[in-house]
Amino acid sequence: MAAVARQTTRQNQAVNTSPFYAKQLRRFAGGSMVTLFTFIIAIVYLLPFGNMSMIAIKSEDQITGSTEGLILPMSPETFEYNGTVYEIYQVPQEDGTVRELALVDPGRRSSDFIDPSNPDAGLITWEGSWRTLSPVMFFEPHFENFGEAWRLIDFPRIFGNTLIIAIGGMIGTILSSICVAYAFARFPIPGKNILFIVLIGTIILPSQVTLIPTYAFFASIGWTNTMLPLIVPHFFANAYNVFLLRQFFMTLPRELDEAAMIDGAGPFRVLISVIIPQSWAAIISVGLFHFIFAWNDFFGPLLYLLGNQQQWPISIAVQQFNFQYGPQPQLIQATSLMAMVLPLLIFFLAQKIFMRGVVITGVEK
Amino acid sequence: MAATDQPLSAPSLELGTAAHRRSNLARQQRLWGWIFLSPWIIGFAAFTAIPITASFIFTFTNFSLNTGDPISFAGLDNWLRLLRDPIAHQTLGVTIKFALIAVPIGIIVPLGLAAMLNAKSLWGKRVWRPLFYLPYMVPAISGIFIWQSFLNGNTGWLNRLLRGVGIVEPPNWLQDEGFILGAFVLMGLWGVGNAMLTMLATMQGVPTELYEAADVDGAGPVVKFSRITLPMISPVIFYNLVLSVIGLMQYFVVPYVITRGTGNPNNSAYFFNMFLYKTAFTNFNMGYGSTLAWFLFLIALGLTIILFATSRRWVYYASGDS
Repeated sequence: MAAVARQTTRQNQAVNTSPFYAKQLRRFAGGSMVTLFTFIIAIVYLLPFGNMSMIAIKSEDQITGSTEGLILPMSPETFEYNGTVYEIYQVPQEDGTVRELALVDPGRRSSDFIDPSNPDAGLITWEGSWRTLSPVMFFEPHFENFGEAWRLIDFPRIFGNTLIIAIGGMIGTILSSICVAYAFARFPIPGKNILFIVLIGTIILPSQVTLIPTYAFFASIGWTNTMLPLIVPHFFANAYNVFLLRQFFMTLPRELDEAAMIDGAGPFRVLISVIIPQSWAAIISVGLFHFIFAWNDFFGPLLYLLGNQQQWPISIAVQQFNFQYGPQPQLIQATSLMAMVLPLLIFFLAQKIFMRGVVITGVEK
Repeated sequence: MAATDQPLSAPSLELGTAAHRRSNLARQQRLWGWIFLSPWIIGFAAFTAIPITASFIFTFTNFSLNTGDPISFAGLDNWLRLLRDPIAHQTLGVTIKFALIAVPIGIIVPLGLAAMLNAKSLWGKRVWRPLFYLPYMVPAISGIFIWQSFLNGNTGWLNRLLRGVGIVEPPNWLQDEGFILGAFVLMGLWGVGNAMLTMLATMQGVPTELYEAADVDGAGPVVKFSRITLPMISPVIFYNLVLSVIGLMQYFVVPYVITRGTGNPNNSAYFFNMFLYKTAFTNFNMGYGSTLAWFLFLIALGLTIILFATSRRWVYYASGDS
């Protein structure tokens, strides 16, 4: 197909008659192939989301019962007769047709059914094991799973805990990283380049090597089982954030700083009224990065908060919830979905700022 | 990297012409610099320099938070124990085996995705990029349970698909010791967003003249990709390679949550870092835990040095880019 199109173009070029359409056609074919391929890859890549959504809205009966083979959330059709609820099955008849009948009296060799459309006709006996019959199902999503999971895991509390940890650390890392980035971007500190390399070097330092003394220190001052070890260290800047802010500050013209200094502003004043107002995009992305990091963090809370259930953030609460309600996958999937709503919402709202930040820290180093 | 000082535009700052006044100003500037730098200096000392030193010292002690015994000097006991400890060797083996599968995939997959999204003829670029980045934003704990369900031997969609294409008995991914590491690699596919995005951004920054020149020479897309795109983005590939090697040495959360801390089936998912966690924070043996941590650090350091040494051969830095 593509080869034919290419040949056509060549011929067209030779005689020079309307090469435009052939070229456009070829481009269209190429574009649609690439896009279709991308579409298929995207579907496969995002397939686990589908698996999750379908399980999150299934009923417990469907998951534990024999109907687990179905992908969609389905419930068996029932028929109420004389105050009793009967399930409806697809019953093959001798003439080859299939009737939908309500099972009244199941038996191993033969069972009694009634016809829901004509119950007064009385019992219909069918020879064969009723277990071989398939039930009549209808589509029924159970959105109440989310309510149940919300209540069982005490979502407002764990949400609040996560917010305190995330926002506390976010304030800390923004304040401290701005100061440190300002120092690296604007001040003549002796040995600045070496200090900066040391700072960047901490990115590839495995955190385990500092973990045990840090833990022992926090334990000795009584901070274990509190949120403080997850918040306070962020008031001492972090390599990624300093790097991102420094890159941004260095693009700001110095003339504005100097003008402010001539007007008598000190370095602190310059930072607050000249640098920060120009840097909101970078500052917001630092804040968002931290927020997502804190929301995601599992190891920190595992280490410092596992023993204090009242302070559990989402990551630990969901993991512990799995211990308790593992046999109820619909609740596990519902909580997993609830735990990711806010990060994904933030990502969609602040996509551009976010991805620009990723590119600055990832590409320029 | 532009880590060099920009020349201070001091000449334009002619406040007073007296030399002593300017040196006074410079001294003041230095002082302010240290003040603004102090949060990091203090943090670096408190949370990096001192703890690294302390944990090195701990490796020569029998420090334990459990017994309450006073710390006593243990010489090289911990290091000798490490040499003979079969669990340490096994967990390190699992970690290395996993890294050997996961590192190449962690580079090739995002590279392929970036190349796909960078295709000139692709429609709707603005839609695809966030869509492929999206899974990276899913919190780890959610992602783990989503994949656990997706990989379920009976009802998971992956095995339904495999049965659909004729594989009668697809593996029970997370219960089978032969497949669990492969399952973790699959789960890791949701973590390639960052690498993909940085590679894509760099690909978009490759000067178009290079491709035009190659077109003139009659180069095909494969040649253009391997001779122009790959060398031009090699610094970003290198950066992601270093980060992924270091990250995999510390691999913890996925196996810990999936196997509920056990590393089963049959220790096939018992990673070195899980062993470290158990030693230090379940048994509270901080002396041996520190030894394991320092051992991990030395391995990571060694790998980083090796990577940097080989990088001279294959990482291309355009002139002007440090």
